[in-house]
Amino acid sequence: MIPAIIVIVIVLVIVGVLVGMYNGLIRRRNQIENAWAQIDVQLKRRLDLIPNLVETVKGYAEHERGTLEAVVQARNAAIAAPDTPQAQAQADNVLTGALRQVFALSEAYPDLKANQNFLSLQEELTATEGRVAYARQFYNDSVLDYNNKIQEVPTVFIAKAMNFEEREYFEADEAARVAPTVEF
Amino acid sequence: MFELIRANKRRSILLVVGFMAIVVIVGTIIGLIFGNGPVFAIVALVFGAVVAFASYWNADKIALSVSRAKPADPAQYQRLHNLVEGLCIAGGIPKPGIYVVDDLAPNAFATGRNPNHAAIAVTTGLLEKMNRVELEGVLAHELSHIRNYDILVSTLAVTMVGSIALMSDMAVRTMWWNGGRISRGGDRSNGNNPLAYVGFLLLIMAPIVAKAMQATISRSRETLADVSACQMTRYPPGLISALEKLKADTTVTHSASTATAHLWIEQPMSGVGDAGKLGGVHRLFDTHPPLDERIALLREL
Repeated sequence: MIPAIIVIVIVLVIVGVLVGMYNGLIRRRNQIENAWAQIDVQLKRRLDLIPNLVETVKGYAEHERGTLEAVVQARNAAIAAPDTPQAQAQADNVLTGALRQVFALSEAYPDLKANQNFLSLQEELTATEGRVAYARQFYNDSVLDYNNKIQEVPTVFIAKAMNFEEREYFEADEAARVAPTVEF
Repeated sequence: MFELIRANKRRSILLVVGFMAIVVIVGTIIGLIFGNGPVFAIVALVFGAVVAFASYWNADKIALSVSRAKPADPAQYQRLHNLVEGLCIAGGIPKPGIYVVDDLAPNAFATGRNPNHAAIAVTTGLLEKMNRVELEGVLAHELSHIRNYDILVSTLAVTMVGSIALMSDMAVRTMWWNGGRISRGGDRSNGNNPLAYVGFLLLIMAPIVAKAMQATISRSRETLADVSACQMTRYPPGLISALEKLKADTTVTHSASTATAHLWIEQPMSGVGDAGKLGGVHRLFDTHPPLDERIALLREL
């Protein structure tokens, strides 16, 4: 009787530990999905802010059509971009560049620079750019945590048995890796 | 990080147990002095349990209201809200409540019991004196406290340290008045109760022990939060220059009290006599490591 109880207890403990490890892996994998979705949310939020910005700037800087059109084009390209990290990052970089031009415009138009709406949009867009970067950072942190777990003993055995696959990091593409040049 | 959270939860339980023990011991001693030990012990136990329970659910609200913190309007404090939101994404935690304290001294604190029930408060002085990057560093420091569950331990400490101090203070005063009457009745009979002397000593010791507890709770985690903040922003110079500004600024945070001192990012009281003969003793009760040490550590990152 007593040996049987001991065996049952040992089996239960082993099952419990295995379930705990498996759940830990699942939790980490879901966190990666969530982090990935968060990047999209922030990119979309940024795109939604742009029409507002264009409308506001239009009223003050009628002659800067070219700059504004570049932003609108970059935005459309970003919306149309295929749903791969690489393509999106590229479109996103073009958009960032075009936005910089618009913010640089405000230097030449004091009225625009003083406009509360414009300032608020500028703050919002700067913050959203930061959020995109943070979302990517969190995604990479999550991937690192997950990849570590599925390669470490003892979770590696469960990961192998249950086909947990290694995830890829988000990397800034070649264009973004080169520091932007400043022209005077 | 997960080990850290576990350690903090463990420490919170220890804090509650330690608090209850002190309350019961002090209660029993008061009981012995008045000649009714068990009753006072039970009263103290009930009192301790009520305070501990209330602390867990309400300590964050108490900490916010004693500091006179008001909810920050998202339109008026757009930048503040945006920075916190961004950092929350980086740290993978929900956005906490954001509060503003009307105080000229630059300072900030975080409170709550877990990341889902948390709040950050900053002074108007901080918003005024810090630029975007520095503010982000300070906010990341506060969010690290939330993520590491430091807030649970330190917020519990606010109410518990406060109530221990209050209780022993009350007991000492009662003894003073009553003691006079008793000794008039019979000077010699006082000797029958030697425990009273031990008790008196303990009563004086209790708030000191509580203070030391508060100090040890908070000092190491300030440095730790600094480091995790840089892990969040990936930009140590932001926090470094923020700490340097805090060092240069000598305004005393009026909204802070001794009970909430350890919550803030910078020690709110001026360190009286830090350099004097008793400097070492004073430092024992400092709730924060010196800013110079914290800056030096961040420079090494």
